[in-house]
Amino acid sequence: MSATLVSSIWQGVIILFGGTFLGMVYKGFDRKLAAQMQGRIGPPLRQPFYDVIKLMIKENVVPDHAIGWLYNLMPIAALVAAATLLFYIPLGGFAPLLGGYGDLILILYLLAVPSLAMMVGGFAAGSPYATVGAQREMVMMMAYEFPLAVTLVSLAWRASYLLPGQPVFSLSVLAAHPLWGAVGPLGVIGLVLLFVALLIVTPAELTKIPFDIPEAETEIAGGLLAEYSGRNLAMFYLADAVKMVVMASLIIALFFPYGLAAVFGLTGGWGSLLDVAFYLVKVFVVIFAAVITVRVGFARLKIDQVTRLFWLPVTGASLVGLLLLALDRIV
Amino acid sequence: MNNESINLQIGGGATCYSVPIGPVHPALKEPIRFQFDLDGERIVGVDIKPGFAHRGIEYMGMRRNLIQVLYLAERICGICSISHPLALTQAVENAAGIEVPPRAQYIRTIIGELERIHSHLLWAGVGAHELGFDTLLHLTWKIREKSMDLLEQLTGNRVDYAIPIFSGVRRDIPDEKAHLAYEALDYYRGLLDKMIDAYLHDKSVEMRTRNVGVLSHDDAVALCAVGPTARASGVKKDVRQDMPYLAYADMEIKAITPEDFGTEPVGDVYDNIIVRLLEVAQSIEIIEYCLENMPKGELMSIPKIPALLAVLKKAEGEGIGRHEAPRGEVFHYIRLEEGIEEPVVWKVKAPTYNNLMAWVPKFMGDEVADIPIIAASIDPCICCMDRVHLVDRDGEPSVKLKEELVRLSREKTRRICG
Repeated sequence: MSATLVSSIWQGVIILFGGTFLGMVYKGFDRKLAAQMQGRIGPPLRQPFYDVIKLMIKENVVPDHAIGWLYNLMPIAALVAAATLLFYIPLGGFAPLLGGYGDLILILYLLAVPSLAMMVGGFAAGSPYATVGAQREMVMMMAYEFPLAVTLVSLAWRASYLLPGQPVFSLSVLAAHPLWGAVGPLGVIGLVLLFVALLIVTPAELTKIPFDIPEAETEIAGGLLAEYSGRNLAMFYLADAVKMVVMASLIIALFFPYGLAAVFGLTGGWGSLLDVAFYLVKVFVVIFAAVITVRVGFARLKIDQVTRLFWLPVTGASLVGLLLLALDRIV
Repeated sequence: MNNESINLQIGGGATCYSVPIGPVHPALKEPIRFQFDLDGERIVGVDIKPGFAHRGIEYMGMRRNLIQVLYLAERICGICSISHPLALTQAVENAAGIEVPPRAQYIRTIIGELERIHSHLLWAGVGAHELGFDTLLHLTWKIREKSMDLLEQLTGNRVDYAIPIFSGVRRDIPDEKAHLAYEALDYYRGLLDKMIDAYLHDKSVEMRTRNVGVLSHDDAVALCAVGPTARASGVKKDVRQDMPYLAYADMEIKAITPEDFGTEPVGDVYDNIIVRLLEVAQSIEIIEYCLENMPKGELMSIPKIPALLAVLKKAEGEGIGRHEAPRGEVFHYIRLEEGIEEPVVWKVKAPTYNNLMAWVPKFMGDEVADIPIIAASIDPCICCMDRVHLVDRDGEPSVKLKEELVRLSREKTRRICG
């Protein structure tokens, strides 16, 4: 009993540091590749590490008008929530560490916590820029949470008919039984729509251009993060890095949980290694498609445009996806 | 910024926030202060407070000889570094009755138009950045480098070219350097369609700029807007067209409005982009015409500097110089008196001064998110514009109305002119 506990703790530590490390590496790729696409040289890949180290040793300023305890608590809440997500998401083809203790619904809530924490932190900062940023974050969350929820629930609902008696809201169950092969042509179209909806939600969830409205450097000087500095800012930065890996892993677990080991007939250590490598490539592809190219190719939208985008076309796409999955079951 | 800056005024059921932007803010490239009254995200009132970049340049100029004033004029602004000297040289030549050789006029025109190209590209990049479209910013500024390189190859300097001097220009554009210019023009001509595609046919740019920051035709006329700001509203106003000077008189210059792009002028930010991009194309044509038709001859009618200074010292009278700078009409007034080396009066009126008031109708009714791009849409050049700053004896800056300002100005003019 105690041996498994010790091993679980070790696994937890590895997942925690590994996930954060991965997030930082992907952030480095994000910055380098975006720079190259913009005709710039860009920073070295390890720049995010330098940034975090530097932020950690810099002064942690709390504005006079801020509500101190709330202002300082929120970065911790964001980082803890983001880190907790790592235990519920299948990483590298392995089942999630706490897979038996939480499902998709918990993930949905945990995903919202870092954004909520940033929002509360923004309100607590007592700066007009941060307040405007927090209001925008609030509106944006209302806009993108619905299509996100619809997407996740439709997948689980469809799976519940294919896997009777199994806990379909568990990500490891969903990842073990990808829906692509199990549904008909209508269902495949529905899945594609849900996949696209989730891809569009990803940059909003991560507050990246064109959805970086709550931060909007040229408009509200960093908005939510305007007053944050030093250690607090570093924690938000890390939470963002972790969230990027989590969102990519979520998309992979729901839509592309396939591994290469089975294809090559590898088992044991080499098989796991190949699957982990393939998983890293998949995360990169998702981040590249949903974050890097999007943030390079678009201008920042306005809050009313974002709301319209998520409430009409994206929600529409996810609802049509749900409908098609339902029709697929009947036909 | 602190909590005092948020004045919560509750009246008539509406909550109105007063939010200051500037003088230091990432949306502003130069110091100026806006005081916005916001109803939610909507702008219901705006007050503009300039005066942070006033350096007393005119006063400095009135204590230097005219050659030194020329160098000072070049440094009024880093982007309009040919516009001010071009206007000043014309003003002084007008006052002193100095002829400028045709070749020198063509060279001035070429440098002036090259400045327009780099200035408009700079603006387009800044605009893209204000929209959060950094990719477009970086690509545009990369393209802009070609014009900066060409200017350096032709004049020796990237920014302050030191080309015009009273009675002519200081450097020739020899035939063996003309191919560099043709090369750069071909480069831009090849990229123009791509730029129009990237800016005007991009959905996300259109979403952020169409019907944003609208300045109606009537407002543009009433508020005396100049340059691309006025032309985007459909006002066909261009010094090069209305009062041709330098080599422009030899060409048929037409003021560019959105109609040339095939759309009705709205006066929004999108139209500003149209006008500025098409003006880059126009500048390419002008430079090409100048290179092909450049007359032979001397560069300065009075080549020796001591002789020039002597002529200027003897000159008596007043003169004006106007130039269509990238941002609109720049206007210099100069008054010379015999026996005095320094100008007795030197007035500089930059295009941003005219366009300042156009900000008010442009901001009204738009959203907080539009503030950066609307502020950028008139291509403000605050250091060009800030020629006056009011400070009362007790140290408190105050607001003066038109009548009071006219009275003070007249008093000052009488004082200066004795």
